[in-house]
Amino acid sequence: MTTPTTSLAQPTTTLATAPSAWRDALRIGLIGGVCAVLVALIGMIEAFSNRNIIAGVITLGTLLIIGSAFLSGYFATRSASDSPRAAEVIGRGALAGLMTSLFLTLLALFVNAVPTIRSMFINASPALVQLLTLGQGMPAGNLLLLVVGTMMGALAGLLQLVPPVFHRSLIIGVVITILIGMMQDLLRVTFQNWSALRPVSNFFFTSNGLAPAGAATIFALAIVFNVVWSQRGDRVRAGIRSLPPAQRRALNLGLVIFGGIILLALPWVVGLFFSEVLVNVGLFVLMALGLNIVVGFAGLLDLGYVAFYAIGAYMIGLLTSTSKEIVFAGGWSFWAALPFAIAVAILAGAILGIPVLKIRGDYLAIVTLGFGEIIRLLAQSDFLKPVLGGSRGVELIPKPAIGPFEFAGPQELYYLILAGCVIAVFVSLRLKDSRQGRAWMAMREDEDVAQTMGINLVNTKLLAFMIGASLAGIAGAIFASKLAIIYPHSFNLLISILVLAVVIIGGMGSIPGVILGALVLVGLPELLREFSDYRLLLYGAALVLMMLVRPEGLWPEEARQRELHEAEEEVSLSEKLADDEELAREGATG
Amino acid sequence: MLELRDVHSYYGHIHALKGISLSVEKGEIVTLIGANGAGKTTTLRTISGLLHPRHGSIWLDGERLDGLPPDIIVRKGVGQSPEGRQIFPRLTVMENLEMGAYTRNDKEGIRRDLEHVFGLFPRLAERRNQPGGTLSGGEQQMLAIGRALMCRPRVLLLDEPSMGLAPLLVETIFNIIRELNREGTTILLVEQNAAKALAVAHRGYVIETGHIVLSDNAANLRQNDLVRKAYLGET
Ligand SMILES: Nc1ncnc2c1ncn2[C@@H]1O[C@H](COP(=O)(O)OP(=O)(O)OP(=O)(O)O)[C@@H](O)[C@H]1O
Ligand SMILES: [Mg+2]
Repeated sequence: MTTPTTSLAQPTTTLATAPSAWRDALRIGLIGGVCAVLVALIGMIEAFSNRNIIAGVITLGTLLIIGSAFLSGYFATRSASDSPRAAEVIGRGALAGLMTSLFLTLLALFVNAVPTIRSMFINASPALVQLLTLGQGMPAGNLLLLVVGTMMGALAGLLQLVPPVFHRSLIIGVVITILIGMMQDLLRVTFQNWSALRPVSNFFFTSNGLAPAGAATIFALAIVFNVVWSQRGDRVRAGIRSLPPAQRRALNLGLVIFGGIILLALPWVVGLFFSEVLVNVGLFVLMALGLNIVVGFAGLLDLGYVAFYAIGAYMIGLLTSTSKEIVFAGGWSFWAALPFAIAVAILAGAILGIPVLKIRGDYLAIVTLGFGEIIRLLAQSDFLKPVLGGSRGVELIPKPAIGPFEFAGPQELYYLILAGCVIAVFVSLRLKDSRQGRAWMAMREDEDVAQTMGINLVNTKLLAFMIGASLAGIAGAIFASKLAIIYPHSFNLLISILVLAVVIIGGMGSIPGVILGALVLVGLPELLREFSDYRLLLYGAALVLMMLVRPEGLWPEEARQRELHEAEEEVSLSEKLADDEELAREGATG
Repeated sequence: MLELRDVHSYYGHIHALKGISLSVEKGEIVTLIGANGAGKTTTLRTISGLLHPRHGSIWLDGERLDGLPPDIIVRKGVGQSPEGRQIFPRLTVMENLEMGAYTRNDKEGIRRDLEHVFGLFPRLAERRNQPGGTLSGGEQQMLAIGRALMCRPRVLLLDEPSMGLAPLLVETIFNIIRELNREGTTILLVEQNAAKALAVAHRGYVIETGHIVLSDNAANLRQNDLVRKAYLGET
């Protein structure tokens, strides 16, 4: 037994053996258990059990059950990788896993014993019990779940003991296998379009889930690739960097052309349904890049961003519609109306910007929130019904066309949105490295100091709002002509929140991060229709989790990464003091 | 060169400056000393336009500054190193200095001034790619001063440059202030450390609760009874 005093004296070595570590494991297992029960009761396990990840082996529902035990074990042992005793780490993981699976087992027993619980929790069904006993029936299945849960927790503990490269590779392997399993529809459809690839497709996929051999292959490839890359990656990168400039430029150009060809071919490769998904993702990429300028670059929290999307959409709607119910329906072409849509969105950006110039932080968020709602309510109001169509919206919006080519379906509209995104990326990249970008960065850090550097706050803020608004306006314009009919309720607060979540989860201020964020938050849920009921819940969970685990986002911007990891890389206080002393000595002698 | 005439500033209803008049002539170091809360920072914020005076006027070489926004005042040649080393913590040393030159377009001149700042503060040159927030307190103070120099100020406002620094480092900072002045920069120096401030300054003002209560050349102020008791800690 260690006494408190010795554990104080040697915190790093004795912490792992202290009883508090076991208590922590128990606590985390408990939290994991409560979460897992919640997930089960809201019906996620059952809904996801229809999605086979590996055919005949595991469904997404089962994955949730055993994954919860694994995650408990993982978090319970995360901080103990330097523990001297392996058995103990594994034991703590096992304990956490056991706790979590115990909760699920108790839930199964309870639902089985009290069937009337269904009147309160509609998802507490016999099917759920079936899943929670891993299909093995009552007593045997309960035991099996406990054993599997314990093993999962122990496995997570074991994972902490292997070298970091393998640790990370294993996790990436599992995640990639699951992701590919979840996106099987998309991938299979894509492969089936090419007869040459059909055997490959048949090796990896069955009609319902990954083939076991295919899953194993993907898993192994992911691991091997990751291990090799972590050992050779630096050398490859250094090799590229040491290439003569001409060759490097050629390589870059080659990559851009390659990427461009893939982007251009994409809608025809993936087919109609997935093109629709791509268009939706693209709309959010466009909006998120715009909001990224406002929130990420300039640091102005805007919760009413949907207003500009609505304005772009309504301008296109009003100017191009041929409806008789709208007084001012213009019947113009999309291209004639687009500049006006953008201009009005920009104007709205300035109109929002002026009153909020002096408002900071939380207050700014509240005012912009109100602005977004006002725009929606105006569109909905009976008073403006003859002009804006009220709650019946604006109908008969034509599709954009260039000569005989009409952007009729998602596969054509894709190109329109792609062009918008390319413009947005270009604008963002140029702004970021410009004088204007630096002014935003300084303003984001400290408004007063930025002013005393000679930055005009009025112009700087307004410009951020206006550029952000213009991109949302373009997105709205494309959205309107895509649907051919728009309603006020398409422009609700949730859109603002979703765009903001995309920016935050992707990485504020980071252009590739924002694109990745849109793919994950908008693309994934559309690929998995089972998600749709739980979309908001999952966004919330993702936001909380990101803030806890990786607050800088999936693909962070350099400066923000610096801020959040300052504490880690930062020289300690005492080192700083030593620095100052040295500095003073230099000064005294020099 | 820089002149304040009967300046009154308010924070809401709080009357922080109650008629400040002071002047700084070309090539001078003038110090403004006073207790906590006397209004020193407020005076500098009023000069740099972050706060607009309700009465009185501020002049720079015969041009009125009061009422102008801060970014214009910087362009007119008033550089400021704010209180508490407000550097941009996430920007690197280099980026911080570049921000200081935001108002300028002459690439060649900026490059020369960068060299100059790195010459004054060799430590900054070593850390040019390090985020400002990870610098030590003394280095951050150097960065704040260096950044203010990057706009080529005609008048440099320094708000407590020695705050929180070890005695030896305070010495270094004051040496640099003297050096800058020798190079021709006019300086208005706000300090708690009255002994050091009066040692480098040509003239000084004493501010108490928003009023200037004393003004004289530095040598006389050092001998003054009130200053000796209240600010030099002598008995
Ligand atoms: N933002 C503010 N809002 C309201 N009152 C303020 C504000 N800033 C300063 N004051 C008040 O104005 C007075 C002068 O403050 P100022 O910061 O100028 O003092 P100072 O002489 O710089 O003091 P120190 O030496 O402590 O920095 C103080 O009474 C202070 O409380
Ligand atoms: Mg002060």
